[in-house]
Amino acid sequence: MSIVGSTTEELLGQLASGDVSCVELTSAYLDQIAARDPEVQAFLRYDRDDALQQAEQIDAKRKRGEQLGQLAGLPVAVKDNMCTKGQPTTCASRMLENFVPPYDAHVVTRLKEADAVLIGRTNLDEFAMGSSTENSAFQVTRNPHNAEFAPGGSSGGSAAAVGGGMTPLALGSDTGGSIRQPASFCGVVGMKPTYGRVSRYGLVAFASSLDQIGPLAGDVTGAARLLKVIAGHDARDSTCVDLPVPEYTQSLNEPLSGLTIGIAAEHFASGLDAEVESIVRRALDIYTSLGATVKEISLPHSRYAVATYYVVAPCEASSNLARYDGVHYGFRAETFENMIDMYATTRGEGFGDEVKRRIMVGTYALSAGYYDAYYLKALKVRRLIREDFDRAFADVDVIASPVSPTPAFKIGALVDDPLAMYLQDLYTLSANLAGIPGISVPAGTSSGGLPIGLQLLAPAFEEERLLRAARMFEKGGE
Amino acid sequence: MDRQQVEKTALLARLKLSESEVVKFTEQLTGLLDYVAILNEIDTDDVEPMAHAVEVSNVLRDDEPASSLARDDALSNAPKSDGVYFLVPPILTEG
Repeated sequence: MSIVGSTTEELLGQLASGDVSCVELTSAYLDQIAARDPEVQAFLRYDRDDALQQAEQIDAKRKRGEQLGQLAGLPVAVKDNMCTKGQPTTCASRMLENFVPPYDAHVVTRLKEADAVLIGRTNLDEFAMGSSTENSAFQVTRNPHNAEFAPGGSSGGSAAAVGGGMTPLALGSDTGGSIRQPASFCGVVGMKPTYGRVSRYGLVAFASSLDQIGPLAGDVTGAARLLKVIAGHDARDSTCVDLPVPEYTQSLNEPLSGLTIGIAAEHFASGLDAEVESIVRRALDIYTSLGATVKEISLPHSRYAVATYYVVAPCEASSNLARYDGVHYGFRAETFENMIDMYATTRGEGFGDEVKRRIMVGTYALSAGYYDAYYLKALKVRRLIREDFDRAFADVDVIASPVSPTPAFKIGALVDDPLAMYLQDLYTLSANLAGIPGISVPAGTSSGGLPIGLQLLAPAFEEERLLRAARMFEKGGE
Repeated sequence: MDRQQVEKTALLARLKLSESEVVKFTEQLTGLLDYVAILNEIDTDDVEPMAHAVEVSNVLRDDEPASSLARDDALSNAPKSDGVYFLVPPILTEG
């Protein structure tokens, strides 16, 4: 049985039975990276020797009869915006090109405790700002299904790594769809947990009220397993909620009886690609055939979500990114006139286009005279968007929708049109504004051979329901 | 958003922009702000702003001393330091 292409549960079975050692398994993925990544460019860095050394230690632990953690030797790729002690964490930015964190992010600690092999660091849009991974200062990641197309973003490296069979699991971060949209484009499962479910300690901040770390995997079970590892309370992130974390993988195969799925007319309005629509509708038919009920709901404020998001997120970003001052860490310009000019030149040279654009929007929207008109207004609409979901979830268990209005677009197609790029996030960013969990599950393929995902949303902290609903579909479509 | 506002905002953001960036951002930010204006269609007079998705109360912890980052670690990423301090250009200059 081949390793690459197996599910995480199959791999764990092979490791547990001794059919495959962790070194053999890790080697197989490293070989796949060596074969595919020169084209796909999903990884910013990976270190074969280091990965194999981690694998040897896990094999030794198993040999000694020690109890292994939940990942028990599975490789996990990590988006390069989560701090790893002693190893570069660049956020795909010149600003942090030489930054080596003195501490581990909470999720990295959890991966190590779970006996994962940290196989490499994946590419992203600079500081996670973008929907195509083209905003990386270092390389352009390509869609593993067709190299002319974008993998989506900002966790495009993680999605392409899983989609290209270069790792069974990966972590991404999702501020407006940055896990779900690339998961959809690359044909993998990607989940954004509820805001507060996973500690953001050590995640380089973009928009702190929206950022959330989540799993990417080849199947729903893999995503459930990885979520279980990273979820749960951490006192170092004061927004991380102290709630029990269910054993997601245990209940996963039980179908949800009497499941009611909401669909919103607003999600099927103009601008939605016909193929995407028909794949989502076919997914609903599969649910119906499994005994679920599909019910029309209304999310009347969803048409304001992109505008709301593109005020709130840049405002938070402009504040968060003020820390890059060329003094404490990161890049500093070589030549400048004085202290103020040192800041401005450092930031002008260290940040790329999209990051500058968002800092500008946020600074403007927060500046004297505009704060009420933009920032406060957007926060009020944000509440209306959340209340739409509260009302909808009184009637339905989950909401189904497209992930993205189109299948993957060509590399370069949207780079000069920021607004068109922002509209890519139309269906995903409401979940970040409302704080609710969302998942993208592979649902079909376009006539051009590109994967298309189905998005499911659930109420806050109902990840278990979301995963079970996603698994139902995955199983039903088999 | 006009050129003057772009330049003022860049100053506030401590962001040195090239001439071509100023031109490009003036156009792009104007487009974005025009788009964002659709929010004005909504009456939000009686709506409380929502700054956070999960509106839970403040989390407090005991005020106990704990170790912090060692100086060498804290300085290890500094663009310029003398091993004791972060070094910056002079803030006060003559004249």
